[in-house]
Amino acid sequence: MFNKLLLVLLAVMFSTSAFAAKDNNSIQVKGSDTMVNLGQAWAEKYMEENKGNFVAVTGGGSGTGLSSLISGTCDIAMSSRNIKEKEIGLAKQKGINPNEIKVALDGLAVVVNPGNPISKLTLAQLADIFTGRVTNWKEIGGKDEKIVILSREVNSGTHVYFKEHVLRKNDPNSKEEFAPRALMLSSSQAIADEVAGNPSAIGYYGMGYISKKQKPVFIARDEKSEYEAPSIENVINGKYPISRPLFLYTNGVPVGLVKKFVDFTLSKEGQDIVLVTDFVPVNK
Amino acid sequence: MRKFKEFIIEKLILICGLASIFFVVLIFLFLLKEGLEVFKGITPFKFLFGKSWYPISEPPQLGILPLILGSLLVTVGAAIISIPIGVGCAIYIAEIAPLKIKETLKAGIELLAAIPSVVLGFIGMVTLVPLVKNVFHLPTGLTALSGSIMLAFMAMPTIVSIAEDALYSVPKTYKEGALALGATQWQTIWRVMLPAASSGILAAVMLGIGRVIGETMAVMMITGNAAVIPNSILAPVRTLTATIAAEMGEAVVGAEHYFALFAIGIVLFVISFAINVTADLFLHKRQ
Repeated sequence: MFNKLLLVLLAVMFSTSAFAAKDNNSIQVKGSDTMVNLGQAWAEKYMEENKGNFVAVTGGGSGTGLSSLISGTCDIAMSSRNIKEKEIGLAKQKGINPNEIKVALDGLAVVVNPGNPISKLTLAQLADIFTGRVTNWKEIGGKDEKIVILSREVNSGTHVYFKEHVLRKNDPNSKEEFAPRALMLSSSQAIADEVAGNPSAIGYYGMGYISKKQKPVFIARDEKSEYEAPSIENVINGKYPISRPLFLYTNGVPVGLVKKFVDFTLSKEGQDIVLVTDFVPVNK
Repeated sequence: MRKFKEFIIEKLILICGLASIFFVVLIFLFLLKEGLEVFKGITPFKFLFGKSWYPISEPPQLGILPLILGSLLVTVGAAIISIPIGVGCAIYIAEIAPLKIKETLKAGIELLAAIPSVVLGFIGMVTLVPLVKNVFHLPTGLTALSGSIMLAFMAMPTIVSIAEDALYSVPKTYKEGALALGATQWQTIWRVMLPAASSGILAAVMLGIGRVIGETMAVMMITGNAAVIPNSILAPVRTLTATIAAEMGEAVVGAEHYFALFAIGIVLFVISFAINVTADLFLHKRQ
């Protein structure tokens, strides 16, 4: 009886180690929710062309991806923000050497309900709305309705980027924060849905999520500049003021399968996929 | 040889019995070890009564008062909705319903308990949230009230099944005596059965509340998660549980934010421990 049990246990142990050995031709990609669709599209095309190689893509947020890279549970981290000093320090402690690769650009769209008469805003007005200094749409020329602020959760690279570049206007000493009454939603899709159904809501997310149910607001750097639409041309020529780079992080300079995949993302084919998924290519 | 077998089996079962306590103690020690670190940078008073929760700013502001109040508001709301309905349902099942209806109702309640909370949250998001927004003419339907209503559904099965048990275990002679003295059925229920089962019913209510305060997924989806001190049940709130779930993925291991999330875990642990102990006291009083 006991012998049998022992045999079963041994068998289980061996079979799991056999599975572990199989991992040699697969890579784990994890991180930014903004980039999940892009990563998935890359992985599908890549696996189609390289039979026998496996690329697993999961989301969770830029921070989640970077902490997985640091703890060694993924091979490539996708991130919509730069790695923080603190994270580099932690990585060094664990013998990981984060290597940054810029793979695409993303325009951040600010969206309102199509029923909202507001169609253009300056960066200063945006900061006023999202920090809670302006609380009613009529103060900036809209209807007499309370503004419902929608934001992503703090694990989102988009949240961090929007805070640092719009609310704090790139000033590292600024103490501006999202208004406490801002609703924190857990995905870009949740923001898109809420904006579609709520005439007094305003939210932000990557350009790829814009649909007919939301109206993207034209943005100007200040009152004297032109108001620009969040479009691919405007991000490439730098006219649209809220755009950001998207990164892949690897441990050290990529080698082997990881290098093959990273090279694929930067190839003509990979960058075409970037365009198809509504992001902006870096290599033309 | 037989004795030896007995001995082994006895000890194995003993280990199983001790294991549950052992794991609780380990979990609590781990929570303490990680959570207490945060008080190196912030006083317990500032942590518990601070009004701003901006965990990723430099320096982070880690005041969890809005989160505690958010959790309490949602829980109180859910209790107000689920206790009368749950106890009423238990009385109906235990005292009034004919056998056939009784069986159907019990099966239905068990089914309600089996619905995963993420499913309830999703249903709430697409049906209840727009309804609350339109009925109360609010800027958004993602409010504490929506959370309370959805959580009331989750607390109800616990309340009903334990309260029904308590009513069932009141000695038959009480009821027969009351009816023999000429009391009506309602008088018997109200004056005899309910007081006799009161400690069991209180325990049922406490366990139901315990379930509500620890619930995460549904509240995260429908309460809006705004870390502001709520001024009404029609305002968005952020609960303790949703904060841990939403932020643990991002928190840098070893940073103040990470320890603060564990400290929130301690606060939750203490609250649900207190609720369980109170429920236990009531249950033992009955015996």
